[in-house]
Amino acid sequence: MSLTNDTIQQQLTQKFDDLLTDWQTPYGMLTFTAPKDLNLKVMQFLFDDETLRFRFLSDLQAVHYPDNKGAELAVVYHLHNLVDNVRLRFKVFTDINTPDVFSATALYQSANFMERETYDFFGVNFVGHPNLIRILNVDEMDYFPMRKEFPLEDQTRIDKDDEMFGRG
Amino acid sequence: MSRPVQFNNTVKFEGIPEGYMGNGFMATNFEKVVGLARKNSIWPLPFATSCCGIEFMATMGSHYDLARFGSERVGFSPRQCDLLMVMGTIAKKMGPVLKQVYLQMAEPRWVIAVGACASSGGIFDTYSVMQGIDQVIPVDVYVPGCPPRPEAILDGFMKIQELVHNESLRRRHGDQYIDLLASYGIQ
Amino acid sequence: MVNATDHILLPEGSIEKQTTTLNLGPTHPATHGVFQNILELDGERILKATSTVGYIHRAFEKIAERRPLYQITPLTDRLNYCSSPLNNMGWHLTCEKLLDVKTPKRVDYLRVIIMELSRISDHLICNSIVGVDSGAYSGFLYVMQFRELIYEIYEEVCGSRLTTNIGRIGGFERNFTNVAFEKLEKFLDPITGYPAQLKEFENLFTRNRIFMDRTIGCGAIAAERALNYGFTGPNLRAAGVDYDVRVHEPYSSYEDFDFTIPVGKTGDCYDRFLVRNEEMWQSLSILRQAYEKVQSFKGAEAEVYHADVPAYYLPEKKDVYTKMEALIYHFKIVMGETAMPVGEVYNAIEGANGELGFYLISDGGRTPYRLHFRRPCFIYYQAYPELVQGGMLSDAVITMSSLNLIAGELDA
Repeated sequence: MSLTNDTIQQQLTQKFDDLLTDWQTPYGMLTFTAPKDLNLKVMQFLFDDETLRFRFLSDLQAVHYPDNKGAELAVVYHLHNLVDNVRLRFKVFTDINTPDVFSATALYQSANFMERETYDFFGVNFVGHPNLIRILNVDEMDYFPMRKEFPLEDQTRIDKDDEMFGRG
Repeated sequence: MSRPVQFNNTVKFEGIPEGYMGNGFMATNFEKVVGLARKNSIWPLPFATSCCGIEFMATMGSHYDLARFGSERVGFSPRQCDLLMVMGTIAKKMGPVLKQVYLQMAEPRWVIAVGACASSGGIFDTYSVMQGIDQVIPVDVYVPGCPPRPEAILDGFMKIQELVHNESLRRRHGDQYIDLLASYGIQ
Repeated sequence: MVNATDHILLPEGSIEKQTTTLNLGPTHPATHGVFQNILELDGERILKATSTVGYIHRAFEKIAERRPLYQITPLTDRLNYCSSPLNNMGWHLTCEKLLDVKTPKRVDYLRVIIMELSRISDHLICNSIVGVDSGAYSGFLYVMQFRELIYEIYEEVCGSRLTTNIGRIGGFERNFTNVAFEKLEKFLDPITGYPAQLKEFENLFTRNRIFMDRTIGCGAIAAERALNYGFTGPNLRAAGVDYDVRVHEPYSSYEDFDFTIPVGKTGDCYDRFLVRNEEMWQSLSILRQAYEKVQSFKGAEAEVYHADVPAYYLPEKKDVYTKMEALIYHFKIVMGETAMPVGEVYNAIEGANGELGFYLISDGGRTPYRLHFRRPCFIYYQAYPELVQGGMLSDAVITMSSLNLIAGELDA
């Protein structure tokens, strides 16, 4: 019996009841939302279960929704079951004032750099990360550049004329 | 695989500098001889960071040979090199590193900024990219392109050769040069 | 003002310890790109390595939020710049998934030709640079000649050599000319083309005693550990796991082709070299099959080079001057005013270094709401300190070059 999106959804709702919400399947990939404190439990369940076997973390990153008051930052995990060839995506939403999310580094080594990148760009504080410092930007930077309120260009540059670029 | 040469078949020969020739001796201007020697044996330091670095590798390869201009030996130690070829995007994090490499070079030293990113930031008008390396070090030749073709890199290299040939021996001690370096904060 | 010593970050107490702290700094020889590793050495053995990245961070993801879909293609060029067409095709496939576009078979086969050529050009650089780093420079010079031939093929199709911006959403900007196919035949020629050169390159390295002594056993990784670190691509296949996105989730008609996935055993530098070498042979075989398939289209079918995507594919110029809809589409496409459908899509292709993924969230505007690149180099670079621990300093250099780290992809 091959692993289908319905089977995965069934097994997850059996284990976690109604805590997992917003089930969708955009372009064939099962997507759901989990509460913030359950992210490690969900990933551990998907890892250990013998029929689900989601043992590869493809991607970990965040999205900033400034209009969603109380749930501005979404951390998105993409998991992959290499044996049955099924992908899945789940999101956890967190408040922008206390952006604490449990770190996945204990389970997946690949989460290390990805969480540092998410911290660097969005300011998500991963609790339990061994070395949560900036990775791609300069260490002295004091803001989180990928948030929607910050501009793309360096505002202190003098050689480019914003008027000519249509941004004046 | 090679095509027959169609353009530029008149090869330019280097002539002897003008001077006074006699029986077994020749007297000429010291600057001219030094310029001639220096320009045909430039040792570049390829400071390759991104895509332009791959075009540099193609320039170093056998098809567009940089070695025929005298740069057979590319060095990676700034203390032993004359020409700093900055190829690729320089981010703000990399700026201090570039400046330190430049400071380690001994006079006379030249800098060529290869590519749009090194010249002016290129297509990356962002918070993390330095908008041109001339924000931190003085540059002699800019080669535009994204990435510039190997022919363009060679053309830039030949312009550096012209600069080297015609440089006065006193230039590096003159006021104008010292003021230029002071404007970058270099003593 | 920029301070010259701003970037030095020696760890605490590093002067008083018995071990040496060495900075394998951001500027190091052999044009890999800019990574910094601070190594703790006990004599020649490495005890610990700390990596720093970000020296070429260009904020691609933030730039992409400002640009319409086809203006992001030049950005994707600069991710893995040794094989830019692969990134371009991956991005166009993602857009086609979002817009629900089906490309005709001929377009798929032409795309396969371009993708396999760029895979060969990337593996060629990686293998020859492993040679250069272990002291053998001539192999690099021999194979770079053929990289020039690949560049000539790209020039025929799209006009530029390295950062190609090749193709459009739905296909290509123009049909492949006869000159392009002639150059492809010249490349594939078994006596004067690349196969003969690859054989010679193999003879120089694969059973070369010095090369084998230098690379066997250095930088080895077990399959379980590699999967946990998120390895994909040739590095994972060298460790023993046969995961290839072309076979598991075929895109662009890869299921019509007959090829095998080379798999190694120990995951050390020698295995990675051999896996990449064998993948080049497999790519040559796929190229021949794709070329034959393209030649088998006759008549009107042989003129097809793009799908019908009026909202994103520039109409023919003669239509722009005569028909109203074409004029409006032309205006909207050039000004970037076409609205995308709402949705989120994750699409992965087999890039030269592994699974290159694009996660695109669209809110119905003209630019993406969020675009994230799943960059294979960034993810497997985390394993580097573990790979070099306990080895010699010279092994650290060979390990770094055999992992095929491309700075543009790592920092994005």
